[in-house]
Amino acid sequence: MAHVLALSHITIRREESVLLSIDAVIRAGEVLTVMGPSGSGKSTLLAFVAGLLDPAFSTEGQVLLDGRDVTHLPPESRHIGLLFQDPLLFPHLSVASNLLFGVARNAPDRQKKVSDALAAAGLEGYGSRDPATLSGGERARVALMRVLLSEPHALLLDEPFSKLDMTLRNEIRAFVFERVRAAGLPTLLVTHDAADAQAAGGQVIHLTR
Amino acid sequence: MLRLTANAVIVLLAGPVVAGLLFVFLPAFGYAPALGQHGFDLSAFANLLETPGLTRSLVLSLTSGLITPLVALAIVLLFLAGAQESHLGRTLSRAVSPLLAVPHAAMAFGLAFLIAPSGMIVRALSHWLTGFDEPPDLLIVNDRWGVSMMAGLVIKEVPFLLLMSLAALPQIQARERLAVARTLGYRPVTAWLKAVAPALYPLIRLPVYAVIAYASSVVDVALILGPTNPPPLGVAILRWANDPDLERILVASAGALAQLGVTALALVIWWIAERLITRLVTSWIDRGARSAGDGVFRWIGLAGMTAVVALSALGFLSLGLWSIAGFWRFPDVLPGALTLKTWSTSIESMGEPLLNATMIALLATGAAIAATLAALEHEVRRGYRATPFALTILYLPMLVPAVSFLLGLAVAAAFVGIRPGFWPVVAGHVLFVLPYTYLSLSEAYRRMDPRWFAVGRTLGAGRSAVFWRIRLPMLLTPLLATAAVGLAVSAGQYLPTQVLGAGRVPTITTEVVALASGGDRRFIGVWALVQALLPATGFILAIAVPRLVWANRRQMREAF
Repeated sequence: MAHVLALSHITIRREESVLLSIDAVIRAGEVLTVMGPSGSGKSTLLAFVAGLLDPAFSTEGQVLLDGRDVTHLPPESRHIGLLFQDPLLFPHLSVASNLLFGVARNAPDRQKKVSDALAAAGLEGYGSRDPATLSGGERARVALMRVLLSEPHALLLDEPFSKLDMTLRNEIRAFVFERVRAAGLPTLLVTHDAADAQAAGGQVIHLTR
Repeated sequence: MLRLTANAVIVLLAGPVVAGLLFVFLPAFGYAPALGQHGFDLSAFANLLETPGLTRSLVLSLTSGLITPLVALAIVLLFLAGAQESHLGRTLSRAVSPLLAVPHAAMAFGLAFLIAPSGMIVRALSHWLTGFDEPPDLLIVNDRWGVSMMAGLVIKEVPFLLLMSLAALPQIQARERLAVARTLGYRPVTAWLKAVAPALYPLIRLPVYAVIAYASSVVDVALILGPTNPPPLGVAILRWANDPDLERILVASAGALAQLGVTALALVIWWIAERLITRLVTSWIDRGARSAGDGVFRWIGLAGMTAVVALSALGFLSLGLWSIAGFWRFPDVLPGALTLKTWSTSIESMGEPLLNATMIALLATGAAIAATLAALEHEVRRGYRATPFALTILYLPMLVPAVSFLLGLAVAAAFVGIRPGFWPVVAGHVLFVLPYTYLSLSEAYRRMDPRWFAVGRTLGAGRSAVFWRIRLPMLLTPLLATAAVGLAVSAGQYLPTQVLGAGRVPTITTEVVALASGGDRRFIGVWALVQALLPATGFILAIAVPRLVWANRRQMREAF
């Protein structure tokens, strides 16, 4: 099924002053890049779309996923995945358990989904490893596979490449965008790196402070 | 359960304290229906004033409440000022943390075994210096002015204040402050006293006040090391409360109010001294001297801390020696014969007190941790932080003299038909454990990166799943450390066990303190060691379990 994420007439305010306004539609497999300096509210936008916004903010507008208003749903019910700058693999779980955390509880063949995901990321046999023993690139790939295993209907990327070094950044960027397109996910990317926007190849919105 | 608010915790803590104080007020003013007293009069106070030795009791409590915190704080501050970075300083700091786990009573007995006329120190000196053949006829332990009692309190409170300070130092960027002052030409100790100490003190103010409250109303240490006739006020109150003459209960209530006054007076005097010293220190800083007694201050700090650690360690050694001593002649430094007879005799009667102590500690700590987690989780979900007012409430059971509100609480419990026994004792222990579990866990809780939960939620886990599957396992190490602190606090409690159990719930601690009057050193050695063993087991588990569980999880081992 082809998913569509619509950010419909969204305005986010903090103490009466407008932090940002946005109105956009992201179709399946497309990446919308939102750029802006720090403090322009990029991460706030992602928190709002994911359902994690601090109640200190006031908001207008709706987040529509496949035409359904999810604005007031809790984050776990939205089917919107989120990737941070850091891979944030749960340090108390093995690599396989981290991936299993993403798989729905009632899904059939949960273990097989995990081993398939490891294979797809070129990490066969890594299942029982301690995430702390993985390299930076390996962790980034596990983090992406974990999100994809949760079968999101849309994806949010919060400067996901900014902490990787140059060579690794290109490799992981290509890996992520390739997977996102293959999965046909509408994707919202916030970044301050123009190279990210270029690689994403979709529409770009610039936020100002 | 997780909806329990921080406010509920406040009620849980403040409620019993307030109820306890109320129910100590009423009998003090002559209203005690259970004793057939319905009027309101001041006869209880009149009887109190006629009690011989009252003035001495009041003065003892007041001086102990001022001198103990003063000496302990001076040792801690001068040690921190002078021993930073030194090899000896780091060794001493490491040696101090386990001391926090040792119950007051065990520590007090250890000290008594060292300094008594027939104690280890006199024995050691007799051979080459004094040549005593028999113990000198001196009243060292239980001295009239409570000097040995205050010494016992100081060696127990120094570890507490030191660890509180060490936890607070990173918050005020102590290293950076010190570096700035040193580059401006200040000698190390002076730099620390002028640039770090003024910022540190406000952060350890409440713990210092807790020491004042404890030292001015102390009962267990006073029963072991303190003067006996007249004793400090706290001990006197407990005597009156246990008097077969029921009218004395009214006097005990009046005494409990007097105790409240003495502790309040100690706090007020301290508070005024704080203002004065702040002024003096400010002008001392402004005058700009680069070096002020650096060498002397460093020496005092190091000597004080060394004395604390050495007295504690040697005291422990004495407990151990007496517990296995057979025939032991004065002035021999070591027993003539070793035997396990005292242990085997003691173990027969240890079953019930040991079981009680363990069950009470586990139940009280479990309840306190559950309440703490509920409050913290609620705080995090609602996004608010504890206010200074809430923090003061949290310290309330530590700031109000325990003997005052516990007596009232026992009356209040009787009033609503709760008979003294096991469960009231557990509830009483929760009051004293909760502040520690909250303080110890809240820091770890708030330090956790909120993005862990954002990741969990967006992966489809609800709030409670995030709590059980991410928050709790990631907090395993601090949770176990908190549990160990809770067990240690509970295991050392004398007053709530004695008062709310009406003396019918024997624990290791009540039995240890009861041995003080008998004075059989061999039995004291055994029981005091067992008393210290209980918390020690908790701390060993708290260190060992995470290492085993996270053997294959590097980041979890490094996190805390």
